[in-house]
Amino acid sequence: MATIQFDNLGHSYHPHPGKPEDYALRRLSQEWEDGKAYALLGPSGCGKSTLLNIISGLLVPSEGRVLFDGLDVTRCTPEERNIAQVFQFPVIYDTMTVYENLAFPLRNRKVPAADVDRRVRQVAEALDLTADLKKRAQRLTPDAKQKISMGRGLVRSDVAAILFDEPLTVIDPHTKWILRRKLRQIHEDYRLTMIYVTHDQVEALTFADKVAVMYEGAMVQLGTPQELFENPLHTFVGYFIGSPGINLMPCTLGGDHALVDGIAIPLPERTVPAVEGRAAGRFELGIRPEFLELTRAGGAGAVPVQVTGVDDLGTSRLATVRLGSHTLKARLNEEQEVPALDAAVRFPGRWTKLYRDSHLVN
Amino acid sequence: MDKVQDNRAWFLIIPVFLIVAFSAVVPLMTVVNYSVQEIFGPGQTFFVGTEWFEAVLADDRLHDALVRQIIYSLAVLLIEIPLGILIALGMPGGRSARTSLTLVLLALPLLIPFNVVGTIWQIFGRGDIGLLGATFRAIGIDYNYTSNSAHAWITVLVMDVWHWTSLVALLCYAGLQSIPPAFYQAAKIDGASKWAVFRYIQLPKMRGVLIIAVLLRFMDSFMIYTEPFVLTGGGPGNSTTFLSQYLTQMAVGQFDIGKAAAFSIVYFLIVLLFSFVFYTIITRTGEGERK
Repeated sequence: MATIQFDNLGHSYHPHPGKPEDYALRRLSQEWEDGKAYALLGPSGCGKSTLLNIISGLLVPSEGRVLFDGLDVTRCTPEERNIAQVFQFPVIYDTMTVYENLAFPLRNRKVPAADVDRRVRQVAEALDLTADLKKRAQRLTPDAKQKISMGRGLVRSDVAAILFDEPLTVIDPHTKWILRRKLRQIHEDYRLTMIYVTHDQVEALTFADKVAVMYEGAMVQLGTPQELFENPLHTFVGYFIGSPGINLMPCTLGGDHALVDGIAIPLPERTVPAVEGRAAGRFELGIRPEFLELTRAGGAGAVPVQVTGVDDLGTSRLATVRLGSHTLKARLNEEQEVPALDAAVRFPGRWTKLYRDSHLVN
Repeated sequence: MDKVQDNRAWFLIIPVFLIVAFSAVVPLMTVVNYSVQEIFGPGQTFFVGTEWFEAVLADDRLHDALVRQIIYSLAVLLIEIPLGILIALGMPGGRSARTSLTLVLLALPLLIPFNVVGTIWQIFGRGDIGLLGATFRAIGIDYNYTSNSAHAWITVLVMDVWHWTSLVALLCYAGLQSIPPAFYQAAKIDGASKWAVFRYIQLPKMRGVLIIAVLLRFMDSFMIYTEPFVLTGGGPGNSTTFLSQYLTQMAVGQFDIGKAAAFSIVYFLIVLLFSFVFYTIITRTGEGERK
């Protein structure tokens, strides 16, 4: 197990990168704690696989350093870093049995036979593979094959970290849940440093202690699932996490108000000093549907809107309202009445976020 | 579940039946017919039973040719298969100019007509004007494929290696290219040695193409005719006379139709038997690795 540090890390596939867009991974300095489960979340092409390959040592970054427990490993091979990695599609050694597959990484490292046997049986037990140990790996289902791939990572007790590159892509939804629970449980039992790459927010949020959201090569936020939900530092985080994503409206500033299509919306108190007299940039006002309050017009801070529809989602309802030229979503609880004519929304200060050029102000 | 019974489907495969019948079954049966008759001329045929087969099986020249043939085919397989695998492993991957160039260069020998290959090597090996022969002569090696049977034999073998190793290499290369990069990365992470990568990833993934390569190379080399015929004419003596050349001498040269027909059938059965044995061995070694 190891603490992983990124020191001014960056990578570009261009020989002479100039613009920020040339970077597959933009400058990044961070420290990841030992024994925690991390998820790298983002859409395809956001740089999460690049970062993962840099951590595992399959890719040497063009700039900066990677440190494991303070030791510079930037140019070390995966083997020297003592990393385990599970890939998107199951990698198994066709001609070997399940047992031999699981024992392979240990035997290559000349681990004594008795220890190999003990570890293999332990991991097989944890992954429900005990009954298949003597079978040839090639004959198993994709689920079982992917479990073997995971098992080959878990079998090494001394790994610095285990990396998962979208490992549940080929698994059917039901088994996905079981396997994710299993991984979570193994993580809790062994306290391994795990890094999990995915584009599925549910997978990331249920698996990880901390989620790193990547967007266009930049890590826009690293935080607990709760932090990502309550305080998105970047409009992309607000939009990508949560279903539906955050409501965003382009706005201009007028003192302690944001003006959306000329309609004044009070800004949260903490934000006002940060933007006072500095109105340069592209501003957006954001609030999650869960926090946007639908009320009757007339109250303090209530902005009149027009309700255009209500969707029943089973556990809650979702109102669609129009504010100026913008469409907003607001989550309602089951009993709440929807005002027909004199509807308004209130923006609670704590949950109202102001973004300048996509980044959270203050 | 009820299966739909519809015999009209048979009509759909009638064309295939006809093509196979006229291209394979009828000619083969004609040969079977010849093999049990003595033929003096059109209309003058006598049934002789298994006499031709007995004659063929007792023919010493044929025994010699068969032994020569088996040694030759085994040598071809033992050289071309490992060499082809080695070349394929060393070939550049990806889509680059280097890859295309290598592929084209490798494919070149395969594009040359068989008798031209024989002619090329016949000139190549000549002591007076051939590059190979003249070089040998210049460094003092008395190389002469027309008078020395060992030289002739080795030249025919090297010619085959030159001509056909590319095929094995290209087949293996295709097999190697189908391995996803994740396998190599996983092997690296598992700490596998180069040998282990070959043994547990590359070789198993190449098994399918290797079956094809071994069968193709076996059948082709076992039936080789044109190249040695052009290069050495089967000589010196009978040292490079392989089965098909002996068969041709018998059928066309001596017009021994009945005996040649019996020979053909035995020949065909031998090729079939060997192919079956190779196929079984290769498929079984893959399957049988369970402990």
